[in-house]
Amino acid sequence: MSFTIAQTLDEALTALAAGARPIAGGTDLVVGVRQGKASLPSSLVAVDRLDELALIEPTDRGLRLGAGVTHARLMTDPKIVAEYTALADAAALVGSPSTRNVGTIGGNVMNASPAMDTGAPLMVLGAVVKLQSAQRSRVVELSDLWTGPGETTAATDELCVAVDLPSRPTPSGSAYVRLEYRRAMEIAIVGAAASVTLNGDGTISAGSVALSAVAPTILAVDDANAVMADQQPDAAATAIAAVASDAALPISDLRASDTYRRHTVGVMAARAVKAAARRASGEEIGVPVNRAIGVGAVL
Amino acid sequence: MTEPLTLTVNGVDYPVNVDMGRNLLGVLRNELGLTGTKEGCDDSECGACMVLLDGQPVNSCSYLAVQAEGRSVTTVEGMMPADGLHPLQRTLLEEGGVQCGFCTPGMIMSASALLERNSNPSDEEIRIGLSGNLCRCTGYARILAAVARTASEG
Repeated sequence: MSFTIAQTLDEALTALAAGARPIAGGTDLVVGVRQGKASLPSSLVAVDRLDELALIEPTDRGLRLGAGVTHARLMTDPKIVAEYTALADAAALVGSPSTRNVGTIGGNVMNASPAMDTGAPLMVLGAVVKLQSAQRSRVVELSDLWTGPGETTAATDELCVAVDLPSRPTPSGSAYVRLEYRRAMEIAIVGAAASVTLNGDGTISAGSVALSAVAPTILAVDDANAVMADQQPDAAATAIAAVASDAALPISDLRASDTYRRHTVGVMAARAVKAAARRASGEEIGVPVNRAIGVGAVL
Repeated sequence: MTEPLTLTVNGVDYPVNVDMGRNLLGVLRNELGLTGTKEGCDDSECGACMVLLDGQPVNSCSYLAVQAEGRSVTTVEGMMPADGLHPLQRTLLEEGGVQCGFCTPGMIMSASALLERNSNPSDEEIRIGLSGNLCRCTGYARILAAVARTASEG
């Protein structure tokens, strides 16, 4: 058993190459271990003190989020709230203030829960993930990263060091809406993120939708753009509800039946499209949408 | 196999030897004798174990003790001035925000972190600030009132 607090990225990558597993906030790992779902890795390297993983910085292509950026920062960072609003919506719904203080975007992405809140927003915003090992560095599309519940294509010596978001088109907006039974310490029953760009006449010029907790991984709705293009937002939302429900591959578990999930994910997708379109038109809707409007409200 | 480490709790450096898998909560209670912090669900749901880590609330049940090395931990014992009660302790008592008292230390830690960064929170902000803390006795209204009164009394 060993536990090392990495002071440099090189130190962390060397530890991973030697078989250690990374820990940031530990909000998934430690809870899972205490519930008996997993055993504690015999060697851990803490990556939560690395300044280079804690940056939110503009790049020539958009915005780079260090993997160690916490949910508390994601939900309040002015640039994320203004331009990548669906991600702020999602971060604000994660756990409770204590979870958000130590839980990180890199941890959420690499834990690869199909019910993760930041995954669907990252997918509709076109995010890619930078993985780094002691030997190499590579950029991975989210659709090539997640392969199943808790499963990714990352090698054990690779650390997620950053999430890169492309620049946003104008005028565009995004939103993440989650069905929840309670307001805190909740896991998505289902969730949906939408990103839309508007034409001058208020119709949708381009859009994307992704779904949480209805498949073994976060699910992109392949037909979303074709279904929504040149439609007014309300008509696009109605159409996307049916397409999203059709695309879903839900299971039944203690939180909901497959039938309920299939229906409600369409409802959430429609609400996400409407909220994203309202934001794209310049309307301010507070973060998260679930609190600003109420998940049960008719948008 | 145990790890020697130093935990800084309420401004005091404690040298301890703990297994890597031990949670911070257990070490605070059983090694350091600081039993103000409570174990409720042991699952990050209830917030009875809330402590401050560098001033921010964290569920100590689901945080490894070794993760806290080099950080400043504050427990409810560290909130009390030498003479009397912390303002949140006093208003919780006066408003009837304490019944069995089991959730109270965690409520105080979350509320104090909230008031530290927002000295005049709205009712909604107080609810969000305490959203990681469960109480099974009071129905919450008196706890919320106590936090609001603490803020208004500055």
